[in-house]
Amino acid sequence: MHQIAGERADWNRIREDFPILQQQVHGSPLIYFDNAATSQKPRVVLDALRHYYENDNANAHRGLHELSSRATEAYEKARRRVADYLGAGSAEEIIFTRGTTESINLVAHAWGGKFVQASDVILLTEMEHHSNLVPWQLLAARTGARLRFLPVNEDGALAHSQLDSLLTSEVKLFAFTHVSNSLGTINPVADLCRRARAVGATTLVDAAQSAGHLPVNVQELGCDFLAFSGHKMCGPTGIGALYGRAEILDSMPPWHGGGEMIVSVTLEKSAFKKPPHRFEAGTPNIGDAIGLAAAIDYIEQIGRPAIFEHDAHLTAYAMERLAALPGMRLLGPSGERGAIVGFVMDAAHPHDLTTFADQHGLAMRGGHHCNQPLMRRFGLPGTTRASFYFYNTTGEIDRMVDILRTAARFFT
Amino acid sequence: MSLELEELYQEVILDHSRRPRNFGELAKTDVLVHGDNPACGDEIHLGVQFGTNDTLQDIKFSGHGCAISRASASMMTTKLKGKSRREATEILRAFQGLVTGEGTEQSKQLGDLRLFQGVRKFPQRVKCAMLAWRAVEQALAQTPGEATVSTETGLSNP
Repeated sequence: MHQIAGERADWNRIREDFPILQQQVHGSPLIYFDNAATSQKPRVVLDALRHYYENDNANAHRGLHELSSRATEAYEKARRRVADYLGAGSAEEIIFTRGTTESINLVAHAWGGKFVQASDVILLTEMEHHSNLVPWQLLAARTGARLRFLPVNEDGALAHSQLDSLLTSEVKLFAFTHVSNSLGTINPVADLCRRARAVGATTLVDAAQSAGHLPVNVQELGCDFLAFSGHKMCGPTGIGALYGRAEILDSMPPWHGGGEMIVSVTLEKSAFKKPPHRFEAGTPNIGDAIGLAAAIDYIEQIGRPAIFEHDAHLTAYAMERLAALPGMRLLGPSGERGAIVGFVMDAAHPHDLTTFADQHGLAMRGGHHCNQPLMRRFGLPGTTRASFYFYNTTGEIDRMVDILRTAARFFT
Repeated sequence: MSLELEELYQEVILDHSRRPRNFGELAKTDVLVHGDNPACGDEIHLGVQFGTNDTLQDIKFSGHGCAISRASASMMTTKLKGKSRREATEILRAFQGLVTGEGTEQSKQLGDLRLFQGVRKFPQRVKCAMLAWRAVEQALAQTPGEATVSTETGLSNP
């Protein structure tokens, strides 16, 4: 862990913590600008996974033996670590899932199945990732509830002036993203939650793009549910969590049934455990939960305010340099934003640009970014997206600009 | 510039992408196929006018897409204009074999279309090259009228 205690992180030395970054791709040094899709993993996370499987691996919560005790303890310790990281009132408010998508589906089924009725409205925004849209479409189809959408302005911000007319007493749930994965917009979560509460609506925050990048405290935000993925914040794939306010989780029936989530079972019926275990059927993903806890430790050593500041520095620099390229259109807000820059260039289609960039060692994403309705709203088939994390540098951004300039010449 | 990039974006391909041939709409259309690649949002509208002896008398396309899909549509329409249904189907099969790497000796009849061989090394771009061809495949199977086709097969909404 390369950091000067009590002072600013040594960003260049932090790169050494990430073995994957020390490689050439297609003959050029790798520039990894696809962090909104998934982040890279520091050695401490890889070591934690290896340590667990080499020393403590067993099934949690059931074996009366030493390894099972260790696995159980490490898994529940990881839950406490997540609770602490999110500022949750207790570890019982944290359910481990495969990630943001599964967390949202859990709410749509267990909470939505019980509480959402045909007369209800589910309020979403136009900037939602498909993972915070499709589960609600399916719930609406099951229940007859209506979907309603808060529009996005041309500058990439939500149309807050329309909120009062949309966030009415019919709204049962208001689900929205913290940071847009295409536009980089940071939504005012605390304010949105406060206004939802005022009309009696339950809130769900998609924190996939924020949990590893800026301070996220569920009590300060005042949300009822919050979902995130470990793999976008230095953790392994296949692990994430759902925060749910204790009294709401208590009121929810199980989603998946199976082992681990029951108190007693007869052939006819079962009694279920209290949250969070009620919502974790089957053998949990113990190893990756431990990996996620290691990722949180790593991020907290650097500090989320420092990461946010570094993100902001990189993003502002990238926006300034990209804006100077000919035929460039940048999407999203010009002020404060997440470490995501979506753009289109007159010279080339996003797929041609990303193929071209990849051949120069630069990993970006081209396409609709699981945001098809948002792309339609901006009249675009897709964009090219560069997304940063704390191990990226302004030198890499300079290199990106050179590559894009070469690409523009190549395709026109 | 890497060799793979030069093989993918051959000069002839880039030329067709910048100045696509047969781009626009036909005055008289027998079959109109709307094709899309949902993975990237690319769209093609392919119009075919069949001649008296079952030839593809005229063929034009419109829509938007990447350099590969645009050049592929442009070169396809150039190649297929005036061909019989049978010849067009043979060329379609040969082209499909070429870009997926499952091609055999048939690639000789492809002429300039053989330049798309570089796509093989970019599996994610095969659909870009195939979009126009999926549309023409549908047009050949179609009685007069309109149809839609997608690069994502087996779409269903149970």
